[in-house]
Amino acid sequence: MSNTRTIDGVAKDAVPGPRDAKNGARPQGAGGKGDDEGKVLNVFSHGFLILWSVMIVLPLIWLLLGSFKTDTEIGSSAWSWPSNWNFDAFGRAWEKGIGDYFANTLIVLVFSIPLTMLLGAMAAYVLARYEFRGNRFFYYFFVAGAMFPVYLGLVPLYFLVDMLGMLNTYQGLILVYIAYSLPFTVFFMHAFFRTLPTAIHEAAVIDGASHTRIFFQVMVPMAKPGLLSVGIFNVLGQWNQYILPMTLMQQQSGFDKDRSVLTQGLVLLNQQQGYEGDLPVIFAGMTIAMLPVIVVYLSFQRQVQSGLTAGTLK
Amino acid sequence: MQQGKYRFVTGFLIVPVVLYAVFMIWPYMQTFGYSFTNWQGQSQEMSFVGLDNYTALFSDSVFLKALWHNVLLLVFLPVATILLALFFAYMVNVGGRGGAGGIRGVAGSGFYKILFFVPHVLSIAILAVLWRAIYRGDVAGLINGVFIKLGLSDPAHPIEWLNEPDLVLWCVAFVLLWWGVGFYLVLFSAAMQSVPKEIYEAALLDGASRTQSFFRVTLPLLWDTVQTAWVYLAILAMDCFALISVMTPGNSYGGGPDHNSEVMATYLMRNFLSFGKSGYACAMGVVILGLTLILSLVTLRISRRERIEY
Repeated sequence: MSNTRTIDGVAKDAVPGPRDAKNGARPQGAGGKGDDEGKVLNVFSHGFLILWSVMIVLPLIWLLLGSFKTDTEIGSSAWSWPSNWNFDAFGRAWEKGIGDYFANTLIVLVFSIPLTMLLGAMAAYVLARYEFRGNRFFYYFFVAGAMFPVYLGLVPLYFLVDMLGMLNTYQGLILVYIAYSLPFTVFFMHAFFRTLPTAIHEAAVIDGASHTRIFFQVMVPMAKPGLLSVGIFNVLGQWNQYILPMTLMQQQSGFDKDRSVLTQGLVLLNQQQGYEGDLPVIFAGMTIAMLPVIVVYLSFQRQVQSGLTAGTLK
Repeated sequence: MQQGKYRFVTGFLIVPVVLYAVFMIWPYMQTFGYSFTNWQGQSQEMSFVGLDNYTALFSDSVFLKALWHNVLLLVFLPVATILLALFFAYMVNVGGRGGAGGIRGVAGSGFYKILFFVPHVLSIAILAVLWRAIYRGDVAGLINGVFIKLGLSDPAHPIEWLNEPDLVLWCVAFVLLWWGVGFYLVLFSAAMQSVPKEIYEAALLDGASRTQSFFRVTLPLLWDTVQTAWVYLAILAMDCFALISVMTPGNSYGGGPDHNSEVMATYLMRNFLSFGKSGYACAMGVVILGLTLILSLVTLRISRRERIEY
């Protein structure tokens, strides 16, 4: 029994049948009260779980339906059903800028995510695997960043980016995203690199591989699961970022291109359409903004959940 | 092996360290300096004003109101989120019915875990726009729609959720609750699953009810995680910028009606971007940091207990 303890602890669904039967036969005597209480609690808890499920699903369904309704249908009642199922609102939302905001976000992320991962993994690897003076210092230097509220540095950051001439530029936002993602990435990958066996590293050294080569051809492939977790974490984090683009990506003049990212653009769209009275566009815009994250989440839900909780648990 | 080690270490560290130092650490440090000046932004003209910004802050009625709202959220948000998440996590992991409570989750626990987490992957900006629509003050708002269906409110005069001075802050707080519960459910689940099942079985054999086993077994074993959750939620409660600025009425960056939902972050942004009072805004940033640090320390102190090894 004792040697299955860890497996039992993890695989909570794998309760073997016979033990269930044993438990089932037990409730008489001391368990009688417990069983009644169990029933009440069960109805109660199931009720609550279902209620919360409804509270999560209902707004999302309502939102999706809203993008098929007309403006009057939305305005007249919350419970109206869309009269015709066409994708007009999606097209209008796309033209009103969602398409561009989407593209801007993608342009930023295409550079910021791989660079965050590369730089974060490099720093974490060196800090986890090499002894040198200042190692501890640099580790805490990185990890400390996670503790500070964004608002602390926001004002000087704005003027720094301004001074570099990088307000409302992709490269400015990319650099800031990387810097702000490094603490968690380094923290997470540091822990991960520590768990990798040293024997493989030594074998590679004996074979005459250089430090750089060992990193790219031995360590990175071995660290794939960790990279995937932290990568999803960074994708979600940067995709959903609001305060940084809100501050740094504002048009500098009438001639300057609007480089708003999706979350920021959605809020802009919401303000404009509030005046123009095209509510379906807002609903469609939100649906467009939400779908990619929900799809990513549902396909990688295990990694998303573990990636997001790992940082909190340690 | 040793040869080239330092060159390699330096080569790998230099870019990340420089980027991180320039764009994150340096602005953080500058804030402290600027907070002692009357800096207006743009131009580098400023003079040292000592603690004036800080004394002004604590006689600024709007700031004090904002601070109070943060404190309210600081109390409500962690308590509500953790209680709800713990309850759900317990149900999903050990609350199932195997006779008198076999050690497993309720039926469909995997499904609940996936579903409850969904709000957490949506960005706060999306939440804000979505919930603004849900809270609409006329019959078109989802909540008013539900209330009217249930006969809880008068269709002619629906509740103007976000325009009610006494309701607006709690409306926003609820969105954060909605957003956070799933995440902490998953976090607590992970912690509960690492507790050896024998402990629950022993409690069960000793005749403990589910309520007893929750309070006597689960909660003490999870204390570390609850403590972490508390700190994270407290940090979240100090922010709320996106939700308030998008959801609530008010000239720039929300906070209305009449500052009834003002929080420190919205007031900071208004002073910085609309009023151009950069030095003053920096001082607010420092106050936010100070409160966050005090809070984390106090939480860790108060909730410190003997760690239970298993």
